[in-house]
Amino acid sequence: MQKNKLSDHLVLILGSLFLMVPVVVAFMTSTHAAADIHSNGLSLTWGGNFAETYEKVLTREGGFTGQVTGSRMVMNSFILGIGFALGKIVLSMLAAYAIVYFRMRFATLAFWVIFTTLLLPLEVRIMPSYQVMSDLSLLNTYTGLIVPLLASATGTFYFRQFFKSVPDELLEAARIDGAGPIKFFIDVLVPLSRTMIAAIFIIMFVYGWNQYLWPMLMTTDERFFTLMRGIKQILQVWIGSQIPDYNEAFALAVLAMLPPVVIVVIFQSWFIKGLTESDK
Amino acid sequence: MAYVAPSPRFLPWLTRKPRPKVFAEGAKRVQFSSPVLPYLFLAPQLAVIFIFFYWPSVQAVSSSFYIEDPFGFGSTFVGMSNYTDVLTSAQYRGIALFTVVFTALVTLFSLSIGLLLGVKADAVIRGSSAYKTMLISVYAIAAPVAALIGMMFFDQHIGPFVEVASWFGWDMRVGLSYSDTAFAMIVVAVWKQVPYNFIFFLSGLQSVPVSVREAAAIDCKSGFRRFWTVTLPLLAPTAFFLLIINVTYSLFDTFGIIDVMVKDKAANNPITLVYKVYEDGFRGNDLGSSSAQSVILMIVVFVLTIFQFRFVERRIHYT
Repeated sequence: MQKNKLSDHLVLILGSLFLMVPVVVAFMTSTHAAADIHSNGLSLTWGGNFAETYEKVLTREGGFTGQVTGSRMVMNSFILGIGFALGKIVLSMLAAYAIVYFRMRFATLAFWVIFTTLLLPLEVRIMPSYQVMSDLSLLNTYTGLIVPLLASATGTFYFRQFFKSVPDELLEAARIDGAGPIKFFIDVLVPLSRTMIAAIFIIMFVYGWNQYLWPMLMTTDERFFTLMRGIKQILQVWIGSQIPDYNEAFALAVLAMLPPVVIVVIFQSWFIKGLTESDK
Repeated sequence: MAYVAPSPRFLPWLTRKPRPKVFAEGAKRVQFSSPVLPYLFLAPQLAVIFIFFYWPSVQAVSSSFYIEDPFGFGSTFVGMSNYTDVLTSAQYRGIALFTVVFTALVTLFSLSIGLLLGVKADAVIRGSSAYKTMLISVYAIAAPVAALIGMMFFDQHIGPFVEVASWFGWDMRVGLSYSDTAFAMIVVAVWKQVPYNFIFFLSGLQSVPVSVREAAAIDCKSGFRRFWTVTLPLLAPTAFFLLIINVTYSLFDTFGIIDVMVKDKAANNPITLVYKVYEDGFRGNDLGSSSAQSVILMIVVFVLTIFQFRFVERRIHYT
């Protein structure tokens, strides 16, 4: 039995190393100077160049037109993440409220119309989506970056599930007290859903923050670049340079993965619950 | 229960005739009924979905039957020829084959590593929450970021993996050699997916009732055999669900990995079908072919989803 335990721990330690080491190495290497990395390779130790590299990445203007800094990209990523999360919550909460709490002739139809969006990921309809955006002249705008991503049903389903679990007695009581649909929504349902809203907010924030393909298509103007878009850019600049700026690339990667990692570690129980209870 | 005096707020109800209760087949026994409000609430979501989901999807289908003039001067109806061109092209078949191999390997490895870690994390008591935190912490790292880090590990100059490979006489050239790039892509894609599978397997394992575990432990001494005959069958629903999710992941969500790792030089590198849609549409400006490929992928997703739902519907619950 004791031997078994030991092998269990060994497997878990190996697994944790497999997953964690690349992240730690990325961070540690980003604190070294580029030439240092070039000659000594990746590193697991502190390099002491932290402030210099990150300051450079965050404040130096780069790119083709010299209009984008790291901090601008961080800001754009936050705008995308927060805008997406808020938009998702507002749209899906209202829609779920209508589906669950109203007697409606087309309830089933509306449900299926929304539901179908789960079938087709953005990746398979990128070309026509891009055309629609250019027809609406929404390329290189924050609206164009955020709103099309809202066209999916995930949030609506989370809220639908949640509203279904709210006891019917609450609505009965509220109606007895004379509350109309809007009052019930604002005074009863929204306060009740606070935890749910917070959980969906962080899940959706991470999802928005991590968007890659869509920002890549939508933004050619560097002022709208997100961190993910910047990663693509840095690799393009890379090709053909003598000593690539490994440290800056790593710093960018660290900035891009910091919020998702921190959020997942802090709110891991929400993530586990959100994943395992709604997807199935 | 103590008596509670009716509050003044109840008085209107006492004087007014109670409204008839509305029974609908929906979730709630009591529902509001209003001619406009629900539609008003649904409107924003439906508007976004129609403009940014249905419209492009319909356009994808319709433009797959046309050949667009590369200079934008109109388009010609060509029937099914975009489809036949795509499906008979040796290059497309090669990419499809790679996609299948890639999907199979990524799914196999990320599922088995996830399962192994899940089983072990379920078995240990000491430090289990620390392991859990470490194992899921990288779950939300975006595909392109994972690929960027992967590129460094497989870099010609600084990559430790390249060096390790050279000890065994393997001259690894990621980005130049087809098979080496494919290998690197698979490693990164597996790395990114393991935490997800781990979460599901662990929660699946922890929902196995203690009584079942104890009964199994009494009946069967061999832990290995117990795993195969009791634990694994109980995990089957989770595993099948994850199978579909992992296939979908390998097909679509790995786009960021592929895109970062081929660095726009797809010529000699392995790519998947989704990347080909993007490449033909945006690089090649071949709208018709790109749309036809989109529709082919839509059919694949559709079949997968139907399969998933049929399965989920018929899923057996042991508990």
